[in-house]
Amino acid sequence: MAERMTSEPDSQNARRMAGMTRRSLLVGGAAALASGAIWEWIRTRRLDNGVPWPLRAGLNADEELTRDYFSETRLVRTFPPDAAQAGRPNGSIGIEDDLDPDWKLHFGDLKLGLDDIRALPKTVMTTELKCIEGWSRIIRWGGARFSDFVARYYDGAPDADQYVALETPDGDYYVGLDMASAMHPQTLLCYEMNGKPLESQHGAPLRLVVPLKYGIKNLKRIGKIDFSDSRPKDYWAERGYDWYAGF
Amino acid sequence: MRIEAKHPRAIRWFHWINFPLISIMIWSGALIYWANDVYRIGVGDFTLFHFFPDFFYHTTGIEGRLAEGMAWHFVFLWLFALNGVAYVIYTAVSGEWRYLAPNAKSFQEAIQVALHDLHLSKKAPPARKFNGAQQIAYTSIILMGAGSLITGLAIWKSAQFAWLTALLGGYEAARLEHFLLTLGYCGFFFVHIAQVIRAGWNNLRAMITGYEIQEGPWQKE
Repeated sequence: MAERMTSEPDSQNARRMAGMTRRSLLVGGAAALASGAIWEWIRTRRLDNGVPWPLRAGLNADEELTRDYFSETRLVRTFPPDAAQAGRPNGSIGIEDDLDPDWKLHFGDLKLGLDDIRALPKTVMTTELKCIEGWSRIIRWGGARFSDFVARYYDGAPDADQYVALETPDGDYYVGLDMASAMHPQTLLCYEMNGKPLESQHGAPLRLVVPLKYGIKNLKRIGKIDFSDSRPKDYWAERGYDWYAGF
Repeated sequence: MRIEAKHPRAIRWFHWINFPLISIMIWSGALIYWANDVYRIGVGDFTLFHFFPDFFYHTTGIEGRLAEGMAWHFVFLWLFALNGVAYVIYTAVSGEWRYLAPNAKSFQEAIQVALHDLHLSKKAPPARKFNGAQQIAYTSIILMGAGSLITGLAIWKSAQFAWLTALLGGYEAARLEHFLLTLGYCGFFFVHIAQVIRAGWNNLRAMITGYEIQEGPWQKE
């Protein structure tokens, strides 16, 4: 690659080099200023649900890519039952009050009791719950597949481009799911954890377990489930996190 | 005194564009790591060093910004990956890889260069574009970049790439590997800066202008 540029006298070479250096530093300086300006521009944009809108647009583009190009039925890793670990409760928004003894699950116009969920085929699986903070726990979950629940209690089949909205009885915590993730075979309405009835701090009497998503989507103490045609509101997505939050 | 071409324009752009991109990736990665900062050097209850001490978080202002960190990380990863892939394709197609790829002699030469730089040996490194130590370092950093993309993918899309996550030892292992690679970048950065300072302005200027001043008789590579 080394090539002889010139054999001019040293003073001319020094001048030539100085000129090239000046030009390069000008271009480099302009490029550095431009990247600083881009950074500052992104950082100071209007917030869209807690994050500058260009970044929100980027997160949404990531979601589109995931939903368009990845398989929606691929399974998460399962573990042997004895690999299960103790839970690590984190977050009590929406379950701070005592559970209403007359708790019912509202699904459209239906009001269902826990027995209506227990009447569905029981699925037990040992999967890894991944908190968005970065830690994870392997848990043995027991409950009904969301798809079985829909097949039993919903008239007809929901559209693939619809969404599922879930919220706690007090409405303080709420999540939205794309239909493919909700109907995934490893998405459970769960009433058992590590072989025992679900404890209050883990979302008794009935919680969502969706190992395709970060823990923030695994809503505890479900009060209400609805289908919607647009992306439902989501507690943490309103606070700067990715709405999709899926693996 | 002669002026000789050293670094092609494309390589200089890839190099300098990578700097802000990897800085954003490391910074946003730190915002994410803070939320579960479990790594340490220690045995049992004894901790020699915790990643990271409170004063580090305070002075860098990275506390409580997980959502922001994830947003930057999952947007800029594409630019970081694109720039890296473009660099690899360019070096492969242009033939520049011949200067960069280590060969059988590189390892022995790297030891010689290290001994010289630590003032333990008087034998000067060979006067080539990149010596053995540089070949190993500049090739390793590219492999580490690939490693960051692979371990990152295994964390980010652990259901889509469940096989990859399993191959890396599981979700938590992949997170640790992703973190260790980042420490590796930081280590590289400090050695790199020290070597650039040592090598002097003519060397650094070649990465800016592409040209280097050579004294003495010209000889072909």
